[in-house]
Amino acid sequence: MNEGKVFSLYDFTALTKWIDTGLHHAMSPFWAVITELLIIGVLILIFYALIGLFLVYAERKVCAFMQNRLGPNRVGPFGLFQTIADLLKLLFVELVPIKNADKFLFNLAPFIVIIASFMAIAAIPFAKGLHAIDLNIGVFYVMAVSAMGVIGILLAGWSSNNKYSLIGAMRSGAQIVSYELSVGLALITVVILAGSMQLSVIVEAQRDGWFIFKGHIPAFIAFILFLISSTAETNRGPFDLAEAESELTAGYHTEYSGIKFAFFFLAEFMNMFIVASIAATVFLGGWMPLHFGAWAAGFNHVMDFIPPFIWYIVKTFFVIWLMMWFKWTFPRLRIDQLLTLEWKYLLPFNLVNVLVMAFIVLMGWHF
Amino acid sequence: MKSIINYLKEVICGVWSLLKGMAVTGKYFFSPGQIVTQKYPNNRKSLVMMERFKGEVIMPHNEKNEHKCTGCGICEINCPNGSIEVISKMITTDDGKKKKAIDKHIYRLGMCTFCALCVKNCPSDALAFGQEFEHAVFNRALLIKVLNKPGSQLMKGVE
Amino acid sequence: MEEEVKQTGINEQEEYIINMGPQHPSTHGVLRLVLSLKGEVVKNVEPHLGYIHRGIEKMCESITYQQIIHLTDRMDYLSAHINNEAVCLNVEKALEVEIPDRIKIIRTIMSELTRIQSHQLFWASFGMDLGGLTCFFYGLRDREKVLDIFEETCGSRMIVSYNCPGGLMYDIHPNFQKRVKEFLKYFRKKLPEYDQLLTGNVIFRERTVGIGKLSLEDAISYGVTGPSGRASGFSCDVRKHEPYSAYDRVRFNEILFTEGDTFHRYFARIQEMKESMNIIDQLIDNIPEGPYAVKMKPVIKLPEGEYFQRVETARGELGVYIISDGNKNPVRVKFRSPNFVNLGVLNHIARDFKIADLVAIGGSLDMIIPDIDR
Repeated sequence: MNEGKVFSLYDFTALTKWIDTGLHHAMSPFWAVITELLIIGVLILIFYALIGLFLVYAERKVCAFMQNRLGPNRVGPFGLFQTIADLLKLLFVELVPIKNADKFLFNLAPFIVIIASFMAIAAIPFAKGLHAIDLNIGVFYVMAVSAMGVIGILLAGWSSNNKYSLIGAMRSGAQIVSYELSVGLALITVVILAGSMQLSVIVEAQRDGWFIFKGHIPAFIAFILFLISSTAETNRGPFDLAEAESELTAGYHTEYSGIKFAFFFLAEFMNMFIVASIAATVFLGGWMPLHFGAWAAGFNHVMDFIPPFIWYIVKTFFVIWLMMWFKWTFPRLRIDQLLTLEWKYLLPFNLVNVLVMAFIVLMGWHF
Repeated sequence: MKSIINYLKEVICGVWSLLKGMAVTGKYFFSPGQIVTQKYPNNRKSLVMMERFKGEVIMPHNEKNEHKCTGCGICEINCPNGSIEVISKMITTDDGKKKKAIDKHIYRLGMCTFCALCVKNCPSDALAFGQEFEHAVFNRALLIKVLNKPGSQLMKGVE
Repeated sequence: MEEEVKQTGINEQEEYIINMGPQHPSTHGVLRLVLSLKGEVVKNVEPHLGYIHRGIEKMCESITYQQIIHLTDRMDYLSAHINNEAVCLNVEKALEVEIPDRIKIIRTIMSELTRIQSHQLFWASFGMDLGGLTCFFYGLRDREKVLDIFEETCGSRMIVSYNCPGGLMYDIHPNFQKRVKEFLKYFRKKLPEYDQLLTGNVIFRERTVGIGKLSLEDAISYGVTGPSGRASGFSCDVRKHEPYSAYDRVRFNEILFTEGDTFHRYFARIQEMKESMNIIDQLIDNIPEGPYAVKMKPVIKLPEGEYFQRVETARGELGVYIISDGNKNPVRVKFRSPNFVNLGVLNHIARDFKIADLVAIGGSLDMIIPDIDR
């Protein structure tokens, strides 16, 4: 690749460096940092909104195809602008004041939920160099931040003075606390393999093969376990007990309307996106192209031509599609079965899996 | 040891049953076959209702603006919820006789339950079911319809 | 004040009272259940009825026997045809009218189609109650085929009004036999998908097996009929024990289980769909020629007396009881509706299970609220 070229689809490091130095030349370091923060904030915000809207559309289309339907098809070509129309509608919907609700917490809850998912995006590497913050404990950070959303859910359930909401929130609390464990252990399996928690290092380590292939069976099992438990953590699919609409009408967001409901809705989809991107980054090689060993050099070279950002998006949406597939196939679990699944099945599997993986890494049996 | 084997068996059987379910939805995702959604207002032109479809009660008129209703009132008697009201008048026929004929055949679509008793019991087959099903109106009064067209007459030969 | 609250029983302080309904996604209508919870565990269920009471029994007293048909359509709207048949059979029995074979066979085929579409909707909504939304669309997709058959012959899809005392409103459509055979072929292919998607699913099994057990003794003493009763081993199929229409000339099995839990109430319905298809198979090619209705007087007057007829609807035993004083209107009409009786058992079997189980149990009883209130 041409070294002098500032903008390249394959490596964003030069571009970000160039912007950084340019800003530092133009203004004092303090203002340069502030400007950078603002630029990143605005970019992520736009990205967040676009992805959120697209995911709602994608969910509706995917479920429609699975159910022999057409899905949204009225607004714009193939109904592409349906979600934008929905958002505009939600913006104009009256915010119904709730009698005896804890007003402050009630209004605060959607923001906590959305900020939690917003913060997690910062640590995700979209492509080489396209990375808001490359923490050396990236995996840990993402897990910690995305678990914060449950506080918002608990507050929403508690403050809206609705019995259904309270049950939904309590369920959600129990669910996320236990499934956080599985998510963590599944990720630790890979951290053992990669030897680092830094997301960029993890991605770089998958240059000659994704971890799901490199790590033999334990990595594959870890991927499955991660998918299951992260689906549970995002309150989706067969684990959507917190908003089980046939039991609790809408669970914790029963009383929300208008844009506050939209926040919850968007946050749910963004959490799914974040979880899927973590899965793509950690197990499926992030923005790395599909590479096999040296024996397939020609194939590897062809794969290199596809820009990393495309790779990243494709992988993420593949995982998202898997999660949608779960959601539109399975019936919902009951709360005690949900916890049984975690403590009796996922956790033991995870622990054994970590042990096996550690052993494999120790013996150097991985590729 | 046995319990561990049972445990693993349980897990594998469970996962297998889940995969079988996913195969069904996955199959439809990739080859939906027949799409059941009808793009309704767009396909209005090509939409054909079944020939016996009970859309609304109508009184067919021929090209000379004649109908078959003699005003006997059997439909009114048969209607379970009073949707039909026949208002008759006395007219003088060409040969000077006085005769009963309908003035207005009032049909309240809003009350009709489409039980088909009026159509079935009409002795002169004056009533029929129309295929129209888009009945929504902004004013409830518009649902009260007069079935005989203005100026229409009794068909010759129908008593 | 404190003591007053305690005395009411349902308001005991540790319990958490929730109003499930009248507007709630899983009560399938306007049923209101007052639940007392302890955590997630249901301690007491108190159904409150009357949100869709239309006074059908009282209305029947002021209309003629032909007109009753359009009201019975609207009781259990998913077995509209069978409800109509009950009234017609009762009137015909009272008048001692001999019904030709053609009518009997067409009625039987239509009843079984009604049963199939009702169970399809049950499958669809039961899947949705348990959170598998895709089931809902598959169930309705297949039900549409039956409704098309209804529409072609009867003119309407759900509220068919096809029976009348003395026979049928119109003859069957020329396409009827062809379409029914097409449907049977189509649905035999789709039914295994139902099993793959839901019946065999481990989550579904966990959610239903052993939940809401109803013993045989309780089923009999509560009078739970239909597939719900038969799942407990209560042999209560009217088609078998007291055959009406053409049921005496077809071979079919009465689906009986002994477990009586939610899963078997569900499974009994799946099996019944297969049996219904077998019944239609035996009859569809053997419709004799003949009139589609017996000539009746324009005004039907039942002789003085009391008449009772029971039929097997998709949900259980429907009894129609008519007292006549010889006039064109009945003096009293009473419907023994299966849903009302089946609802009575809900508190008994749902107690000490979780809310999610209550939804599953309620779904497996397959309640139609307009039939409960009438």
